[in-house]
Amino acid sequence: MPEENNNAAREITYREAVREAMQLAMRSDESVFLMGEDVGVYGGAFGVSRGMVEEFGEERVVDTPLSEAGFTGLGVGAALVGMRPIIEVQFSDFITHCMDQLVNQAAKLRYMFGGEASVPLVVRTPGGAGTGAAAQHSQSLEAWFIHVPGLKVIMPSTPYDAKGMLLAALKDPNPVIVYEHKLLYNQKGNVPEGEYTVPLGEAHVSREGEDVTIASAGYVHGYALEAAEALAESGIECEVVDLRSLSPMDDARVAESIEKTGRLVVVEEDVKTAGWGAELVSRIVEGESFYALDRAPARVAGADVPIPYNKNLEAHIRPSPEKVVAAVKSLVNEKVGVYS
Amino acid sequence: MRDYTQPLEALETMLRIRAFDEKVDELFAAGKMHGTGHFYVGQEAVAVGIISALQEGDVITGTHRGHGHALAFGLDVKKMAAELLGKASGYCHGKGGSMHIADVGAGMLGANGIVAGSMGIVCGAAWAFKRRKEDRVAVCFFGDGAVQEGIFSEALNMAAVWQLPVVFVCENNQYAMSLSVNRGFANARISEKADGYGMPGVTVDGMELVEVQEVAREAVDRARSGGGPALLEANTYRYLGHSKSDANLYRTRDEIKQWRENDPIGRFVVHLEKTGDLESGGLKAVEEKIYTEVEEAFEWAMNEPEPAPESALEDVYA
Repeated sequence: MPEENNNAAREITYREAVREAMQLAMRSDESVFLMGEDVGVYGGAFGVSRGMVEEFGEERVVDTPLSEAGFTGLGVGAALVGMRPIIEVQFSDFITHCMDQLVNQAAKLRYMFGGEASVPLVVRTPGGAGTGAAAQHSQSLEAWFIHVPGLKVIMPSTPYDAKGMLLAALKDPNPVIVYEHKLLYNQKGNVPEGEYTVPLGEAHVSREGEDVTIASAGYVHGYALEAAEALAESGIECEVVDLRSLSPMDDARVAESIEKTGRLVVVEEDVKTAGWGAELVSRIVEGESFYALDRAPARVAGADVPIPYNKNLEAHIRPSPEKVVAAVKSLVNEKVGVYS
Repeated sequence: MRDYTQPLEALETMLRIRAFDEKVDELFAAGKMHGTGHFYVGQEAVAVGIISALQEGDVITGTHRGHGHALAFGLDVKKMAAELLGKASGYCHGKGGSMHIADVGAGMLGANGIVAGSMGIVCGAAWAFKRRKEDRVAVCFFGDGAVQEGIFSEALNMAAVWQLPVVFVCENNQYAMSLSVNRGFANARISEKADGYGMPGVTVDGMELVEVQEVAREAVDRARSGGGPALLEANTYRYLGHSKSDANLYRTRDEIKQWRENDPIGRFVVHLEKTGDLESGGLKAVEEKIYTEVEEAFEWAMNEPEPAPESALEDVYA
């Protein structure tokens, strides 16, 4: 897409892109602040806010007590009276502590109050496995939140999107949960220097192809691209759609791609059962694009188990480029039904 | 916000809260109201006493037993009645109901159906005031049951660490639904918990308006002048059940009777007669005025139109 070639050939990491978005927002809007555990001098558990307290001070880059429910609630209250809080939940697993505040408060207040208030809260949190951190520091719980009307859920996979979508989230009048991925923080990409936004709720085609549509989001979008490259060598051209937003979900863009390819593989990192891929597949098969499908859609997802500690076990239950290649090949090679 | 500089205003508001919830109880009994309702009858001196120490710009959060907080803060009786009846002209256009009445623009940041659910929210408002150097205070009402929830500890600790302009007001009405404070706490003196967070804690007779006003003024002034948060425990009692479906199996008639004899409105009337702000026998006229006002509000609300069904799909996102 041309958007990534705009005005800069500068490469920075995903971590730096997120930080830059926060810095730009805080420089231009006094009401924006960052709050979370160890976000100050420590710089955040993953170094995302490193250096920010030096620029903005402890009043705007706020180290909290270990009180995820409390400071998420604080974010809701501050948002209600006109602030623009960015709440960092140190590991996305700890978001379980925040469920009441996110599900019953942030997501509901506007509706319960008859539209007479809004909660412009941004919650950033690193999710995902692959670091050998085992079951309580590796989960992908993003699908939980797309089940809650009133929240927006985004999962940028590139530095470009990380910056542009965070800036968009900070202008959005609704609560937005941003799932970052620990393994993405060191990845580099082209990122323009100034302010720009990437709209929430719009998928992005990151590779065009005619044979199979691969829909993914977050870190495993990289697996989809790797798989597509490998498959191209055997003559199978995949179209890779990066959803970027899980709620709202741009299934229309996926449907459009299926019109061209007739085949769909969903690649997601969360557990397969009731994952966001299940929602996407449902939308596709209950819509018009069902008739464009030559095959039943396939899902490459995490196994329905907690994340194990051992590296080999962890790799065994996670998606991988090889699993994506296998899923695509089975769709392409599968014999067409006898009636076709 | 109501102006409580006139003592009669406090009396009128306590009566308004009582008349309102008695009317709601009556409508439930008659099958004219759906859902559920949690009555504030008996606790009037707490909301009125605390809120009378506030000034324009201050904010409050309520509880699921929130009609009293909203009325004491000055929300409109008619729009509240309409909301309870699910009407389009209600505060939440029929989407919130009894447990979610709010007027965020005016500073009433919402009743809350989740016990202790607003304790973080109130810290957020106070945090914003402090950060923006605004001369505003946030008050958090919550029940004794909320003290048993985890976010109570988180909120008090954050407010104390950052010296936020918050006043935490525990309405200890002796029961969390059916759980008495004596069964729910090993140490039932809730104000003593303040010490553990490094803030002052005071227990006050929540049936005595003048005393509530005094401790409230002290805590609110302290918070406003940068002195940080305080925990107030107001001992009070709900005369009616937890909600409209409560058979009161966990407390005796005698107990209820004893508290009723200690009625906050009755005690304030005696006080007003002493100060000369109310003539002996003058209560009757005030009662008549307020009960008529509430009756008319519900009558008006009954005839208001229902919200359009399609509006159910609106207001999810801004």
